[in-house]
Amino acid sequence: MVSRRDTVLGYLILSLAALVSLGPLIGVAILALGEPGRVGIKLDITKATNFGNFAEVWEKGDFGPAIRTSLIITVIVVVVSVALSIPAGYAFAQMNFPGRTAIFALLVLGILMPLESMIVPLYLDMRRFNLDNEYWSVILPQIGFSVAFGAFWMRAFFVQSARSLMEAAWIDGANSWRTLTQVLLPLARPQMLTLAVLFFVWNWNDFLLPLVMLSGSDLQTAPMALVTFEGARRTDFAYLGAASLITIAPVVIVFILLQRSFTRGILAGSIKE
Amino acid sequence: MSLTSLPVSAGGRRTPSPRKRVPGEPRSVAYLYILPALLIYAAFVFFPFVHSIYLSFFEGNGITRMEFVGIDNYVDIVRNPILRSAFVHALELIVFYSFLPIAIGLLLASALHRSRIRGVAFYRTALFLPYVIAPTAIAVIWRWILAPRGPLNSFLEAIGLGFLAQPWLGDFTWALPSVGLVGTWIMFGLVLALLLAGVQKIPTELYEAARLDGAGPWMEFRAVTLPGLRYELVVALVLTVTAALRNFDIIYVMTSGGPGNATVVPSYLVYQQAFKVSQIGAAAAMGTALILVIIAVNLLISRAGRAD
Repeated sequence: MVSRRDTVLGYLILSLAALVSLGPLIGVAILALGEPGRVGIKLDITKATNFGNFAEVWEKGDFGPAIRTSLIITVIVVVVSVALSIPAGYAFAQMNFPGRTAIFALLVLGILMPLESMIVPLYLDMRRFNLDNEYWSVILPQIGFSVAFGAFWMRAFFVQSARSLMEAAWIDGANSWRTLTQVLLPLARPQMLTLAVLFFVWNWNDFLLPLVMLSGSDLQTAPMALVTFEGARRTDFAYLGAASLITIAPVVIVFILLQRSFTRGILAGSIKE
Repeated sequence: MSLTSLPVSAGGRRTPSPRKRVPGEPRSVAYLYILPALLIYAAFVFFPFVHSIYLSFFEGNGITRMEFVGIDNYVDIVRNPILRSAFVHALELIVFYSFLPIAIGLLLASALHRSRIRGVAFYRTALFLPYVIAPTAIAVIWRWILAPRGPLNSFLEAIGLGFLAQPWLGDFTWALPSVGLVGTWIMFGLVLALLLAGVQKIPTELYEAARLDGAGPWMEFRAVTLPGLRYELVVALVLTVTAALRNFDIIYVMTSGGPGNATVVPSYLVYQQAFKVSQIGAAAAMGTALILVIIAVNLLISRAGRAD
């Protein structure tokens, strides 16, 4: 049934779509390597050799410390959120206890909740406890949002894991903790990796929360550094292009390396139930 | 997914369990497993959310005493044209973030249902990339593309359509559609990849049967492709509509709500009212109204997905 014409057409359509997706990013890469400081913006690939732009921007935009801050926050959030999502998802999937459905519904509501709807009291409370302008003021709410999705995601895995496997572990005398850590977790590695990639991308890109929480301090995340830099040099487009690429580089690297895990996470939404 | 291929043989011993309890521990231990996640969620997501609803009935700057004003803040959202326009803009953005990408995705995916593509991983990576990178960076990049002397206008001039060139983001008519088209760019690849994965799962026999019944391309689409993609469409709708309603970063960087108030959206007003003009109650009401809209729209989508 698959005719040659259809296949050629398929490649054509997909290539065109991929070009539309990548075009602006390729354009920015050429821009970022172009001549700095020029207002008229003509792309010239033959002159795209100014690698010094990146060093310049790295220095002037304080991207070193910003990337460091972002890494500290994101790595802690990813590790803790994955670690807390696993036992929660396990209990929701495999144990019976009063209030299970209600608590789960409450937690899953967090997937839908926009940060905008609670940023005001969140900030007031952080300030009251003198936590604003600290790493924790960003880390803790990010973990809170992440585990809402994480518990949901890990539950979907544990619901499906073979019951006979768990029964066997139990008959062998393993308690629920050992069943989880020694029997089920080794099987859950792909799901954990997907979760980690999703958490990394979401929390690295997050802007509103660090903007509100850290604006009174020297701390800034990479997206904050980009926006600050952008505010100072509205039309210095070669530098702005370089700054954008620096900001997105860690996520793009993680995404390309673990592309399969990420797409599984998004596409799995269409497979659930 | 691959979960059906678990090594079930490891659990092959069929000793009947004495009690129907797996794993064999008192079930109240479940609370211990849930507690750490639940505590952080409750303290930093759920409690602030409830607190925000409470604050939405007050007026004040959050430092000195707050004055109870009942539902005045909500009445304001309906009465005040600027606040109301934020929600109108958010709904308009749904067209760009959701409807346009889904229309494009459906068109391309149904054109592709008969081709077997190799190297899907490469295409997926490319298509997903706009969805993965930081919205702040996307905003900076597109502010350049749409700049008065930027690549878009140069391109229009180069192909003889110079009269169409605009200061896109500075124009009262064009600012919102311009910001919206950035959303279309972010979302269309994601939606296309999603629908493509779905269309590959529709059995080819269904298409053959439709053709034998004399169905043209349009009937084929209506009778086979569309019903076969129902779950993917629900997921695409949820992801894109929620993103459209929550749009903060793009607006903050690209237009700051301007020119005038042409591109203000609810999440931008929450930030502005709370942290620029210190109207805590009004900001909280805006945030609460936003979540109500998001929940209502999501319920609508999931009901539509189940119904037809």
